[in-house]
Amino acid sequence: MTLQRIIALAWKEWREIVRDRLFFALAFIVPSMLMLLFGFGLTLDVENLPFAVVDHDRSAASRDYTYRFISSRYFDFKGQASDERQLDALLADNRIRLALVIPPRFGERLARGEAAPVQVLIDGTFPMRAQTTQGYVAAINSAVSLDNMAGALSAGRGIPLAEARARVQPVKLEVRYLYNQSVKSIWSLAPKLIMLIMMLSPPFLTALGVVREKESGSIFNIYASTVSPGEFLIGKLAPYVAISFTNGLILWALAVGLYGTPFKGDPAFFALALLLYVVCTTGLGLVISMLVQTQVAAMIVASIVSIIPAVLYSGMLLPLSSLAPGASAIAHALPPMYFTNIVVGSFLKGVGWQALWADMLVLGAYATGLFGLGYLLFSKRPAS
Amino acid sequence: MNGFFSGAGLRRLRVMTHKELLQLFRDVALMVFFLYAFTGDIYIAASGVSMQLKNAAIATLDADHSLASRELASRFQPPYFQAAGSAGTPQQAIRHLDDGDVMAVLDIPPRFGERLARGEQVAVQLQVDTSNSVLGFLASSYGAQIVGRYGLELAALREGLGSGGASGPVIQADTRIWYNPNQNDAWFMGISELLTVITLFAILLPAAAMVREKERGTIEQLMVTPLSAFQILFPKVIAMTLVILAGTAIALFGVLGPGFDLPMRGSLVLFFLITALYVFTTAGLGLLAATVARNLAQVGMLTVVILMPMLLLSGAWTPIEAMPEWMRILAWISPLHYFLDAAYGILLKGVGMALLWQPVLAMGLFGIVVFGAGMGRFGRQFG
Repeated sequence: MTLQRIIALAWKEWREIVRDRLFFALAFIVPSMLMLLFGFGLTLDVENLPFAVVDHDRSAASRDYTYRFISSRYFDFKGQASDERQLDALLADNRIRLALVIPPRFGERLARGEAAPVQVLIDGTFPMRAQTTQGYVAAINSAVSLDNMAGALSAGRGIPLAEARARVQPVKLEVRYLYNQSVKSIWSLAPKLIMLIMMLSPPFLTALGVVREKESGSIFNIYASTVSPGEFLIGKLAPYVAISFTNGLILWALAVGLYGTPFKGDPAFFALALLLYVVCTTGLGLVISMLVQTQVAAMIVASIVSIIPAVLYSGMLLPLSSLAPGASAIAHALPPMYFTNIVVGSFLKGVGWQALWADMLVLGAYATGLFGLGYLLFSKRPAS
Repeated sequence: MNGFFSGAGLRRLRVMTHKELLQLFRDVALMVFFLYAFTGDIYIAASGVSMQLKNAAIATLDADHSLASRELASRFQPPYFQAAGSAGTPQQAIRHLDDGDVMAVLDIPPRFGERLARGEQVAVQLQVDTSNSVLGFLASSYGAQIVGRYGLELAALREGLGSGGASGPVIQADTRIWYNPNQNDAWFMGISELLTVITLFAILLPAAAMVREKERGTIEQLMVTPLSAFQILFPKVIAMTLVILAGTAIALFGVLGPGFDLPMRGSLVLFFLITALYVFTTAGLGLLAATVARNLAQVGMLTVVILMPMLLLSGAWTPIEAMPEWMRILAWISPLHYFLDAAYGILLKGVGMALLWQPVLAMGLFGIVVFGAGMGRFGRQFG
């Protein structure tokens, strides 16, 4: 294995990439575009939920109650509906996601110190949204209940409202949000987007690059030459690793500069992890390209193998603790999860080697393993 | 396009469609992954993934060790929480959070029980790891509900509010979740994944088939035949639509139906018709990309550029209500947005054409525009 041959091969590959201007431009545009698009659009916040109310009571109390929802930024009031049947149609047509039905004698019951039932209808097609909606509704309901109780107590016993409030709520919960004090989605999202995009783009680039030679037949020049498989693979992949690593650095800059995500960890540690991760995902592209014969197949395989694990099994959108055993096993078997630990640790928690050495080790093992597998699968004398 | 409706025109379409199918089936690796995408992949997405807080590990930092503090801590139970023992010191608790061993720490101050007994208001703290903001929100929301209920019970007992049948002037919400009452994530995730896979293949297959002809030069051979641009392009769309519909049928009746009891409340005929329309529309996008690209590598990158925004803006992964205004406007031009409404509408809500004519019309118009643009560019390039 000589360095000179590797450099020659890498240079040839680089020139081939650069010559195809559209491809070269897209190789850099795609990751940054995804970062911008996802950063602004991929929000898991549940806000502006369209809702409607059927108020059978039409009392001051029911109007007050409705107003609590109207004034919340989580809900977007679409108006009163005349009856439940109208709600059915609105929910079916996706025009509202939540409906409140206030039965007759709502205000009267509350005034008498009785519990007042209310019906809440939630569109359950998207369970995450339904759960969050339920959380908002419960919070408003319990705030209203507490206010009512305090009011009743204060009126009944003749004590000040503030004291009554303290009495009906003997235990107060103070929630401290760690690592991301404002629960701003973009802070928790931007670092993970680096993971996602660096999972999507390198396998694609690499698989296309290698299979292109297979499909056009120019790989036979390599077969016939004195270049060894190891030299070929390293030389061939070096430019793709370089492009992807550069992209990773650009995304890092975007996360900090554009989205204002704090970076609390060790930059050198993170840069090393990024490089290892890029080598991993490039290696994934390499293995894919060894298994398929056509570029179409390479694209399909690369997107299925990379998009789904990166989105679903990395802890990005979905909590890893809520994965079923089968899916959890898949998550542990793939690199994105480990890199997610590293990005979240480096950006938001400010931890380094001490907490994350194991994840780093796993990434290293993957990089070596995938390249080893690619090397074994590559033969200068293909069977056919 | 003359002669399209004559016998010869139809025969040409049929022969060309047959050619496209042959070419497609010849790529074994591709077909294997095609099958996997419509079966295994959907099965995994539907079975493995849950967007809900389940068994989140919570540690207790109990500085009180009284009956009251133990009672409160014991209320953080499955299905939402899972007790993960108690942390001895605050430093230990922080380390558990740092390492991701626990998701939340409940911090009960000293003399908690004593002060409660004296009628004081006591604050307890819940430290929540919000690295994942959805989970963080859910954990704090459930935590607040648990503590709130505990407090109300205590207050009712102490102030005599709950005695004598009256429970106090509280709101009693009767919450009903429609269309998916048990909050079965598999229904949402399964359909969402199916639509994602359909979109991927609908863009990529026709685009790749087109560019491959360009790259190999076989397009020149087609151009010298009596075939019109339409007769060259359309069979590719028909062939891919047929294959994708077959995949969809396998996914619905082979995976989602028997495996996850997906209800399929509406008309399946309508569902397949709309799927066919959607594939046609999206294939038009792919063909348009194919007229821009010179080689397959470019098609691959362009596909990502088209596919990702489409997926994102459709609401397949995230609720689109919370997006910024300008993005919600963009969502109106994503055909997947309409298809998503239609698919969930038919399968889960059981709605029919009466409510769906709008999305269907929008998809149809979009398809005609895109397909027309693709044909126009193709005609200029090779005319």
